[in-house]
Amino acid sequence: MDIIRYILRRMVLSAFVVVGVTFLVFIVAQVVPSDPAALYAGPRPTAEQIEKARQELNLDAPLPARFVTFAQAMAAGDFGISYKSRRLIAEDLKAYLPATLELAVFSTGMALLFGVPLGVMAAARQGRWPDRLGSLGAIASVAMPTFFLAMLLQLVFAQWLGIMPLSGRISREIAISTPVPQATGFLLFDSLLAWRPDAFADAARHLVLPALTLASYPAGVAMRLTRSAMIEILERRHIAAARALGLPSGRILFGHALPNAMGPALTVIGLSFAYALTGAVLVEIIFAWPGLGRYVSEAILAKDFPVIAAVTMVVTVCYVAMNLIIDIAQALVDPRVALT
Amino acid sequence: MSRLVQRLGWPGTLALACILGFVAIGILAPLIAPWPAQGAGAPNVAARLMPPSADHWLGTDHLGRDMLSRLIYATRVSLSNGMLIVAFSLLIGLPVGLAAGYFGGWVDEALMRVTDVFLAFPALLLAVLMAASLGPGFLNSVIAVSVTWWPWYARLARAEGLVLRGQPYVEAARLAGVSHPRIILRHILPATARPLTVQAALDVGPALLTAAALSFLGLGVLPPTADWGQMVDAGRKFFPDRWWYSAMPGVTIFIVALSFSVLGDALRDRRKGAARASA
Repeated sequence: MDIIRYILRRMVLSAFVVVGVTFLVFIVAQVVPSDPAALYAGPRPTAEQIEKARQELNLDAPLPARFVTFAQAMAAGDFGISYKSRRLIAEDLKAYLPATLELAVFSTGMALLFGVPLGVMAAARQGRWPDRLGSLGAIASVAMPTFFLAMLLQLVFAQWLGIMPLSGRISREIAISTPVPQATGFLLFDSLLAWRPDAFADAARHLVLPALTLASYPAGVAMRLTRSAMIEILERRHIAAARALGLPSGRILFGHALPNAMGPALTVIGLSFAYALTGAVLVEIIFAWPGLGRYVSEAILAKDFPVIAAVTMVVTVCYVAMNLIIDIAQALVDPRVALT
Repeated sequence: MSRLVQRLGWPGTLALACILGFVAIGILAPLIAPWPAQGAGAPNVAARLMPPSADHWLGTDHLGRDMLSRLIYATRVSLSNGMLIVAFSLLIGLPVGLAAGYFGGWVDEALMRVTDVFLAFPALLLAVLMAASLGPGFLNSVIAVSVTWWPWYARLARAEGLVLRGQPYVEAARLAGVSHPRIILRHILPATARPLTVQAALDVGPALLTAAALSFLGLGVLPPTADWGQMVDAGRKFFPDRWWYSAMPGVTIFIVALSFSVLGDALRDRRKGAARASA
């Protein structure tokens, strides 16, 4: 019963937060910038053009009315048109969102794949050199500027070793001569659907470096959280019992201790997803990844506020939904959460 | 000195020394920069993009300016950026959080729901939106990051306020007829100062990283003023052939951020150790 009430409360709060987010985006993107009409009217507009733009954008309406119009449009998925390209923003989002989500999912997976086992190792060898080395790596991963790490990885793996592609999402040869038919927009998925192992391998290779860049910070966090959770669990009695029974240490660590330490993993998924969505702004420019991050960074330079607002809205709503799902999952896994 | 090492451990002491060193470099910039004029932005086109040498220890940039001098001058901008972000955020977050914790009830509910809205954004994205809306510039980038930063202090301060409002000395003050604002300012604020200032000092590192990311996107200070993030971005066009241009500021950011996070760890371990010793 408590769980159902908890879930309902979290859902209501999330809905409230989305309204607040919409309001904030409206203020920052539509009210703060000095003259949206001049930007909308194009380069060197005449007075009549600006006046016409003011009417088209409904800028003379009172603020509450403008907010209601804005919120209704956002809810309907009508993000307006870009000041710069004059294209429908919703169409652009449809093209770019899958690329960013693919990157986010892949990097979250990588973060868990590296972070959790390293945390287990560090806990098992607490205080000795694997632990110290791991902790050092975790601290370093927090301090490393994302954009600089991206450039370093490019330098080492693409320029020096030449084993990874420098940038882009797929090789030009494949994109031009034998393109993969678009179905979902997730390139890995699409190439499997069309049964194109060559394209799949190529797309996967392009994913590695940007995903690794985005995975480094959450992997560090995953490692630290897993380590401290494991240290606590390894002192419990069922572990001592398993040791007394003479079970192999690998089975004790991964079979008996780790399942009890999975709470942090859920936290890390949320954190890593959020980090990937925002880090995408920096990483996608450097790796020429055709996703939301690059889209929004080009919009920043052009002061293309409808685009910036649309991307902020979409990403934030994804983020809020993700957090809601994680909170509910955590309450289902560990019902004590719902009591607080 | 040895007491400090005892308290913080070697890594923590080293990190603290490193941070203080950078603060000193920032303050003394015009005195220690080998080419002060170039550090401030004067071009020297004859020596464009030179690799590190005896004259220019860290090489030169695309306008021939000495990288070391540029970095030293940029230290001022980047460090004060980080410090101002934390200061602004405290200025907003502290009153909001203390009021929420102290008054409780609907005040708490209302203030915390507003805080939730700001926390709902992925932080960098809100900062980018704000900075794009305000336009580039030093102060604007500080405001943009602060907008994403203050809710954390509001939450911390609220937790402190909740605990403190039940303390006997606060109740005594209320019974004596002291007004609410005065209780918050004179009796609660000083008691929260210590845990919050430690947290705030440590946050200068992450704040500076976020500000560097904004600069990297072209939303930070405007040339000829330099900061570290903007220098990494400027060098990107010449990377990796002229690696030093991006690498020097990139490594600098890394060292400073690393120092803050090592120091933070040392302080946390120390607090944990103290708690265990007293238990």
